[in-house]
Amino acid sequence: MTTTRQTGGGWVIAISFLLAFLISEIPLPSGLDRFRPDWVAMALIYWCMALPHRVGIGVGWGVGLLLDVGRGGLLGQHALALAVVAYLTSQAYRRIRAAPLWQQAFSVLILLAIERILIFWISGVIGYPPQDWWYLAPAIGGMVLWPLLFIVLRDVRRYFQVG
Amino acid sequence: MAALKSSRRIRYLFAVNPTAVLQLGLWGALSIAMMTVDHRYHALDRVRDVLATAVYPLHILVRLPINTQNWLTEKWASRSALLEENAQLREKQIFLNVQLQKLITLEAENRRLRSLLESAVNTPERVLIAELLAVDFDPYRHHILLNRGRQHGLYVGQPVLDQYGVIGQIIRADPLTSTAILITDPNHALPIQINRTGVRTLALGSGKLHELELPHIAHNEDVKVGDVLVTSGMGGRFPRGYPVGTVTAVEFDPGSPFARIIAKPLAQLDRIREVMLLEHEPPIIAPDISDAIAIRTP
Repeated sequence: MTTTRQTGGGWVIAISFLLAFLISEIPLPSGLDRFRPDWVAMALIYWCMALPHRVGIGVGWGVGLLLDVGRGGLLGQHALALAVVAYLTSQAYRRIRAAPLWQQAFSVLILLAIERILIFWISGVIGYPPQDWWYLAPAIGGMVLWPLLFIVLRDVRRYFQVG
Repeated sequence: MAALKSSRRIRYLFAVNPTAVLQLGLWGALSIAMMTVDHRYHALDRVRDVLATAVYPLHILVRLPINTQNWLTEKWASRSALLEENAQLREKQIFLNVQLQKLITLEAENRRLRSLLESAVNTPERVLIAELLAVDFDPYRHHILLNRGRQHGLYVGQPVLDQYGVIGQIIRADPLTSTAILITDPNHALPIQINRTGVRTLALGSGKLHELELPHIAHNEDVKVGDVLVTSGMGGRFPRGYPVGTVTAVEFDPGSPFARIIAKPLAQLDRIREVMLLEHEPPIIAPDISDAIAIRTP
């Protein structure tokens, strides 16, 4: 099995991150806006789980660095948070992957919450402390939409045979 | 045998990759070092320039559906709707022109009086229009990304306005985009003046989009709900006399030395689409927020 493993399809991963970034940027009605999930972090979790030998801490860090520029923030803020998320996922992917989809969603909730908390710790250090608990709302949005992302990315991965 | 197998499976499930810890340590240390350098010394501005230019097409891509829709509605708008809009606009223009005439005479008179008093004349400002590209994802930090940058002549410290009042100022000018801080950002302070009485003070951002705080006004000062705040021109960053907000609450707490005064920004900060950038003489102040007080002496 390991000998027939394909290594192509890096562009599929790159495009999935690109689309995740674009979807995250699209304006939403103000009520839903607070729950806007972080699609990029979710895509990272998916790829870390599906292809742990290809997507890991380094990729998470690089994607995070681009987010720092694209979304505003200190250079390294998202990078650190996503590197930690990639690390945790790469350590736990065997357990998360074996669970049914709705249980996976809970693991994703925890991972996304950790990401949010790290980002807001850093924001707090430079003088922007969070003022309420709403900053964790995107993690809940991410949990709810995880099955959708998982199924879409799984089918994409199978269709393009990214291994 | 079965027990051995299942224990191996469990060990597989809980296997730890030792190099991952090392990797995380390295990448983590690198990001912390970068954040420190970026925050304290602003030494990574060139890196940010390059990355910002690389990310720019993505922002354009995000705007594409909205822009296309606008373009299509313009292209396919019916003749009658256009005529109606045209009539409305013409009416509005006549109305504005009348007001402008009054303003021109006032301005001339003002200049004459000022020259009599030998005080500095307000120079007219040049205006540049920019569009909103994105809002900061951090809900507690009120930064916006604009589609104009250094290439278009933007500079750090440039005042940003909408048609109703002051929005904020530019804090970072990349080659093609720029970041503006809103006046409601918790780290922003705006030198203002109460229009009715001329009292000068600072309006601090509260972290909420509809609130400014005026924390340095004493109890005996004359402030009423509904008073209009305008920029005072102190600090040299904003020109004088642009509307900022209206006072919405005045509370006198005998226990504290100052009154608690809340104002509402006049600019529609939650509905920003297009903004105006004033180009009012080259910035007198070193382009760094941290020494906003230091005024260059000739």
